[in-house]
Amino acid sequence: MSPGQTAQAAIELRGVSKSFGPVKAVRDVSLAIPDGAVAGIVGENGAGKSTLMNLVYGLVSPDAGEMLVRGREAVLSGPGDAIRLGIGMVHQHFMLVDTFTVAENVALGAEGSALLRPSLAAARRALGRIADEHGLRVDPDAIVGDLPVGEQQRVEILKVLYRGARILILDEPTAVLTPGETDALFRVLRGLSAGGVTVVLVTHKLREIMAATDGVFVMRGGRLVASRPTRETSPGELATLMIGDHGRSVLLPDATSRRRPAVQPEGFPGDAGVHRPHAEAAAASGPRSTQHAVSLDLRAGEIVGVAGVAGNGQGELLEVLAGMRPLAGGRIGLGGREVTPAAPCDPAAMRALGVAHVPEHRHRHGIVEEFTAAETAILGYEADPGLGRRRLDGRAAERSCAGLMARFDVRPPDPRHLSGRFSGGNQQKLVIGREISARPRILLVGQPTRGVDIGAIAAIHREIRALRDEGCAILLVSAELDEIAALADRVLVMLRGRIAGEVPADADPETLGLLMSGAGRERDAA
Amino acid sequence: MAALLPELLSLASGTLRMATPLILCAMGGLFSERSGIVDIGLEGKMLAAAFAAAAAAAVTGSASAGLAAGCGAALLLALVHGFASITHGGNQVVSGVAVNMLASGLTITFGQAWFASGGATPALPASARFMTVVGGHNILVLAALASVPLTWWVIGRTRFGLRLRAVGESPRAVQAAGVSVAGLRYRAVLACGLLTGIAGTYLSLAQSAGFSREMTAGQGYIALAALIFGKWRALPAFGACLLFGFVDVLAIRLQGVAVAGVAVPVQLFQVLPYGLTVILLAGFVGRAVAPKAIGLPFVGGR
Repeated sequence: MSPGQTAQAAIELRGVSKSFGPVKAVRDVSLAIPDGAVAGIVGENGAGKSTLMNLVYGLVSPDAGEMLVRGREAVLSGPGDAIRLGIGMVHQHFMLVDTFTVAENVALGAEGSALLRPSLAAARRALGRIADEHGLRVDPDAIVGDLPVGEQQRVEILKVLYRGARILILDEPTAVLTPGETDALFRVLRGLSAGGVTVVLVTHKLREIMAATDGVFVMRGGRLVASRPTRETSPGELATLMIGDHGRSVLLPDATSRRRPAVQPEGFPGDAGVHRPHAEAAAASGPRSTQHAVSLDLRAGEIVGVAGVAGNGQGELLEVLAGMRPLAGGRIGLGGREVTPAAPCDPAAMRALGVAHVPEHRHRHGIVEEFTAAETAILGYEADPGLGRRRLDGRAAERSCAGLMARFDVRPPDPRHLSGRFSGGNQQKLVIGREISARPRILLVGQPTRGVDIGAIAAIHREIRALRDEGCAILLVSAELDEIAALADRVLVMLRGRIAGEVPADADPETLGLLMSGAGRERDAA
Repeated sequence: MAALLPELLSLASGTLRMATPLILCAMGGLFSERSGIVDIGLEGKMLAAAFAAAAAAAVTGSASAGLAAGCGAALLLALVHGFASITHGGNQVVSGVAVNMLASGLTITFGQAWFASGGATPALPASARFMTVVGGHNILVLAALASVPLTWWVIGRTRFGLRLRAVGESPRAVQAAGVSVAGLRYRAVLACGLLTGIAGTYLSLAQSAGFSREMTAGQGYIALAALIFGKWRALPAFGACLLFGFVDVLAIRLQGVAVAGVAVPVQLFQVLPYGLTVILLAGFVGRAVAPKAIGLPFVGGR
């Protein structure tokens, strides 16, 4: 009972399968997307959504099955074929040439003539026309790399429309957007749909499916497990379909998951000077300094969430506090110890002071992909006397890793497995397990569940809460507002390297969104 | 003072003659590198072309046949480099070095087998060479001069150029736009082969009268340095080539000059262009912004 079987389908898939080596990414998927609809495809990471869309766009070819575009069979040997059939794709990672202007990016691959000047003139005219029709306005002569992310995405959509696309696929389009930009995107998609463009929205965010689509297809483990008209379903039903019952509470934070800390800062036993670390005026230096005078207090037994659109200095803040980035001014007080530009502190010394760090970029800073799990599990703690005094005791490392793997449910539980071969979720559990096992007084966490499947998200959130309840002070940076809402006791919003404001954990998304986009401040000023 | 003008003119003329192979190589390298394919093999392609041109001219007695053979040899090596680094995603520096070693070895081996004079080809008569056409310069020098605005125009003003620049910055964007990344890079590599072919032909049929072993003497590397010093743009790279050409001329003119009554060793002047390469690349390049995707093999799909 796929939605709109009666109407002419813009895209119809019949029994499509695709494997990558032993991995069956897409298995026997049949679906029909009605013309002019906004269709949603949901599923957790690794459910096969992206592969399915890459098949539709000709980036990969199917092992079995067929595809019909507006009722006619289509065999795609590449994106060029898809474009000729009026299929356009807006990728999660933008396919833009940063050094080119908007007009050059739009014209690339669709130049009308061998000479550039007339092609660019045509692109400029078309951009003007599309801007008038759909309200998608971007300066054609701006350099794409200089544009904010929301506008870069608009350039991607413009590129696709310029090629005459009537079927628009968007792969996780809101991952990089503020709530305000997300709403603007949805308005654009509605307008396109009203103009007869078929929109396929690939996402794992149920709220967006409910807000933006007419019909929704649910994928799990490479299969299409359900299709529903959006108005006849609910986020709860979709979540259940996506992952079964265990993930519900993660996706739909409710009051119980946000209980107060078991240990109130005032009631924490021990020396307040030790357990009241705080950072003041942390300022990062660097080639592209995004950090300006940030002041914050982090108390024992609380999780402070840092929200903000990616790239507003949250990552730098974590790196400064972890000692990875030098302090340009101000000071960080950690119990009795003071860190200033004149008395810097490297990551090892920070760690010795009880600061553990789960870095934002797991692959770059969290693990070494070529190391075994046991080696990754002692990174940064390799000087521990339990691992041998002079010679590193590999067996001890493997034993302790096996213990960590049992406690944090890392699969496969094999300390000799290469770190890079674990799934994202299991890599992250390994990193979080390593940092938590060090029994830190302060835990810095960046994007703890990025690229992590939903089962692991629940486990990671449980561990972070448990650590907080033991009295650890936790600073959580996340791009996922749902995650911040589910974990944080209070929320700081960062914008352009500053703290734009603090809100309670149960603040509504609009308030947060306004702060994240800077509109809040402008409104206050007005 | 009256003697200064002819002296300057002769210096300029010599500079142009010395810079010609550098200019052609740098423009060729520009096509390749702007498309994202590192070309350390300019030297080898030029050497192979010089040999093939001289061998063909020696056998046929025709300079045009020599030019065709020279370009053919360079194109063949360009295809080898393309096959390794584009089709098979191999390491481009390793492939380029292999091209250089292949050219160095094969030219000597074939030269010895065919002409039995220590890897050199027989001296060519004027009829089998490119001789003076305009203002004391031959047609290959003019071709080098023409290649600069032509390269600038193709890269900056044509559809091919736009796609070429895009593929060097973001091949994924090009693939997503429905244009073949491999196709573009092969065309770029072949354009490079053609230009290095002309450069090699110039060395053995215009600058000299025949091929001698290792006659490129690192000029391919110097052209690469000029390209990087010129930040992968045609006009600045042309300027850098002229600078290197000028230093070459200077090195020749200054040979045997005595400073304060002491004869300066010839080697000290001969090292000038190479020393300049090191100094320019180490000290004055600043932040040369290479094409973002340079040297990275492109693997399509997801």
